[in-house]
Amino acid sequence: MSEQEKKESVLDKRSSRRTFIKNSGLTVGGVVLGGALGSLLIKDDKSTTHNTDTQNHAKTPAANPNVALMFFTPSQYQVTQAAVDRIFPEDANGPGAKELNAAIYIDHQLAGPWGSNVKDYRLGAFYKAEENQGPQTKILRKDLFLAGLDSLNTYSNKQFKVDFKELEATQQDEVLLAFSEGKVELYGKVSSSQFFNLLRTLTIEGVYADPMYGGNNEMIGWSMRKYPGSRMQYVAEIQDEKFIELEPQSLNSHMGH
Amino acid sequence: MVTKLPKVPVVVVGMGWAGGIVSAELTKAGINVVGLERGKDRTTADYTMGHDELRYQHRQELMQDLSKETITYRNTVSGKALPMRHYGTFIVGDGVGGAGSHWNGQTYRFLPYDFEIRTKTIERYGIEKIPAWMEGLNDWGITYDEMEPYYDTFEKMAGISGETVELWGKRTNPYPTPPLVKTPLMKEFEKAATSLGYKPFVIPAANLSEAYTNPDGISRGACQYCAYCENFGCEYGAKGDPAVTVIPVAKQTGKLDLRTHSNVLELTKSGGKASGVIYVDMLTGEKFEQPADVVVVASYVFNNSRLLLNSGIGTPYDPKTGKGTIGKNYCYQVTAGGSQLFFEDKEFNLYGGAGALGMEIAEYMGDNFDHSEVDFIHGAGIRSTQYGDRPIAVNRVPAGTPNWGAEFKEKSIKYANSNFPVKTQGASLPHKENYLDLDPEFKDEFGYPLLRMTYEYTDNDRAMGKYMSAITRKFAEEIGADIIDTNEEQGPFNVNKDSNTHNTGGVIMGTDPEKSALNTYLQMWEAENVFVLGASAFPHNSSFNPTGTLGALSYRAAEGIQKYLKEGGLLVKA
Ligand SMILES: Cc1cc2nc3c(=O)[nH]c(=O)nc-3n(C[C@H](O)[C@H](O)[C@H](O)COP(=O)(O)OP(=O)(O)OC[C@H]3O[C@@H](n4cnc5c(N)ncnc54)[C@H](O)[C@@H]3O)c2cc1C
Ligand code: SF4
Repeated sequence: MSEQEKKESVLDKRSSRRTFIKNSGLTVGGVVLGGALGSLLIKDDKSTTHNTDTQNHAKTPAANPNVALMFFTPSQYQVTQAAVDRIFPEDANGPGAKELNAAIYIDHQLAGPWGSNVKDYRLGAFYKAEENQGPQTKILRKDLFLAGLDSLNTYSNKQFKVDFKELEATQQDEVLLAFSEGKVELYGKVSSSQFFNLLRTLTIEGVYADPMYGGNNEMIGWSMRKYPGSRMQYVAEIQDEKFIELEPQSLNSHMGH
Repeated sequence: MVTKLPKVPVVVVGMGWAGGIVSAELTKAGINVVGLERGKDRTTADYTMGHDELRYQHRQELMQDLSKETITYRNTVSGKALPMRHYGTFIVGDGVGGAGSHWNGQTYRFLPYDFEIRTKTIERYGIEKIPAWMEGLNDWGITYDEMEPYYDTFEKMAGISGETVELWGKRTNPYPTPPLVKTPLMKEFEKAATSLGYKPFVIPAANLSEAYTNPDGISRGACQYCAYCENFGCEYGAKGDPAVTVIPVAKQTGKLDLRTHSNVLELTKSGGKASGVIYVDMLTGEKFEQPADVVVVASYVFNNSRLLLNSGIGTPYDPKTGKGTIGKNYCYQVTAGGSQLFFEDKEFNLYGGAGALGMEIAEYMGDNFDHSEVDFIHGAGIRSTQYGDRPIAVNRVPAGTPNWGAEFKEKSIKYANSNFPVKTQGASLPHKENYLDLDPEFKDEFGYPLLRMTYEYTDNDRAMGKYMSAITRKFAEEIGADIIDTNEEQGPFNVNKDSNTHNTGGVIMGTDPEKSALNTYLQMWEAENVFVLGASAFPHNSSFNPTGTLGALSYRAAEGIQKYLKEGGLLVKA
């Protein structure tokens, strides 16, 4: 196949999800309608997806031995799954962070050196920082995260009498908003916004980092935004007036180089 | 216990661009050089699994390990500085190649105006134009015409791809390779610039536009626009990097004794000179003293000041009296005033790009426009770039969109390939209270004080940012974006949020030993066998990326060191 033909065949194969949205006419000027229509769409869209290009990903947790816990307990994992899915929810574009295995990604990161801040400066005394001086807390990322998960439950129980993961999505959003605004105190008087920022950062990473880290399941995080992953070169694409959609490739395609 | 080693002619501290250039030039001239680098050795083979955004960009694989050493930071002289505990505003290189392995490759010359900034400002506007707090604004002691041959050498060595632009001083030669390609995004910028009456140009790049063999006989391939450039090494060797250009040349001479994992703790002194350096082998913890006739300090802006201060060489700058020179005139860069463009029905191939790919105009740089009616001096480049948008780092959404949740997801995906910036890169001029000294409390892993940075944006920066925002807005409107977000105000400096890697100053050059630490060969006035290389020598920061200029100055320093080895003494009369 010539390079051009290859590209065209990829374009033909564009996700059935998008084709569905297009054909259903449920868009106004290219914007997918939200609200009630949006949720209708998601239901339909899901069945379409599962029957076609990504049929395996719902089964992945059982099939993929990479999906196992190094750090969290199962219940901490479930709270994390619920939280990441509010940061990056399922919608007409495709699955949310939960289905993309962002919580597995987070588990693996917190278990590793980054979770223990090994490349951070940890010497000397800790003082309260001015706004422009960067975080100065002594707590390690992995402990901050666990404290945050605990507080999500404590706070949810105080407000709504149930654990975080049992809440309605809108209630979960309310809780996360309070956390993001630093309205809750974690143990050691660490601000909840510090935990929230960590959660948010890790969720985005879990959705978009190379799948070898445990998230971005089947590179769907990438395909939703038409990102081709890590290919070796884009000499032709970069000069083209048209947008060229390429199927994502992960780093394991570079092993032969 | 410190093991004393036999004396050598030259010891170089740090193996980035500055250290690499000097090592190549001296060894080619037959001089034995010991190169000390605190990090590991590196070649393109190390970059083959390099397209990993998480590992290289967000976990800073190639950068200095902050657990061993960092800087402390405060906004004002009266505040308490606290350590930068993890990376925020800038990242610092580590290992052979230094930051030159993971830089973008935007390679400029400074303007004729820059080198004679004080004289030219006074000539055109009178002394009143320079505010009292900017008393550190001085001529560099060298003119653009004198710099020209060194720029030319650097550009040929690194294989800079670019097009000749008016408004700069004269060039003896065109760039050694043609400019990079123009992408549709760049053409949008070009079209708008032209219809607004400006002369756009393709940013000069160390990302090679075609295969190239340099005068040292080093051959490299062309850039593949792979988009893993800023923060990453280039597996093709297409990006000019000391590890693929000057360092192999120095190695081939057999005259470079490169010692990696060798962290220099201080310079030793004898009389008014340095007698060598003390370093620690990071693998064994053993300490060594390396005596030398000439000590070249090329350990980046921060460590250059820190090593001199920790060694008691040169007089520390005091912001109260304005006396002393080490730590003086620290400058950053001003990027306020940019506009972000969002499009409803245009998609660009933003997943591709290169570290120096972009277009720019020069009309608002330096003194290229009349400053009589504005309350600032100098200016900014107005530019659009296409580095390749990586998905963790780049999730641009229109202002007012929350940064998480359903709306964030929808918008960040919708605009993922439908946005680009018209941004500014502005000059940063010295303020007498922006400086570097030793922190009174925080130490590195060996017990040496950390470097303390005191820095705040100035009135000049804020006025300039505001002025430039009107221009980037005009560009955005001309291009015809559906949503335009313009950042009009320069907020306070935030070590966690602001992002720019162009630090300059601290060990500046000049003509007056009272006001500068170095002469124009980067030789220390107060210790004639110490040469301090890098952007630390810049008396102010222009609206350009610094490496072209620090590279040119490194060639000049290499000339000076050879002269000094033969003749001794100060190479310039004070
Ligand atoms: C992400 C990024 C993008 C950039 N993009 C551009 C660009 O597009 N254009 C541009 O002009 N500039 C750019 N820069 C800046 C450019 O990289 C630097 O100006 C340049 O590399 C500095 O060269 P240097 O030799 O002075 O210092 P470095 O490259 O930092 O080299 C210093 C070396 O000294 C070593 N060292 C430090 N302390 C010690 C010690 N005590 N003992 C032993 N060794 C030591 C370090 O490990 C390092 O290898 C960028 C920088 C970054 C980080
Ligand atoms: S964009 Fe070009 S120069 Fe940069 S890393 Fe990729 S191939 Fe190398």
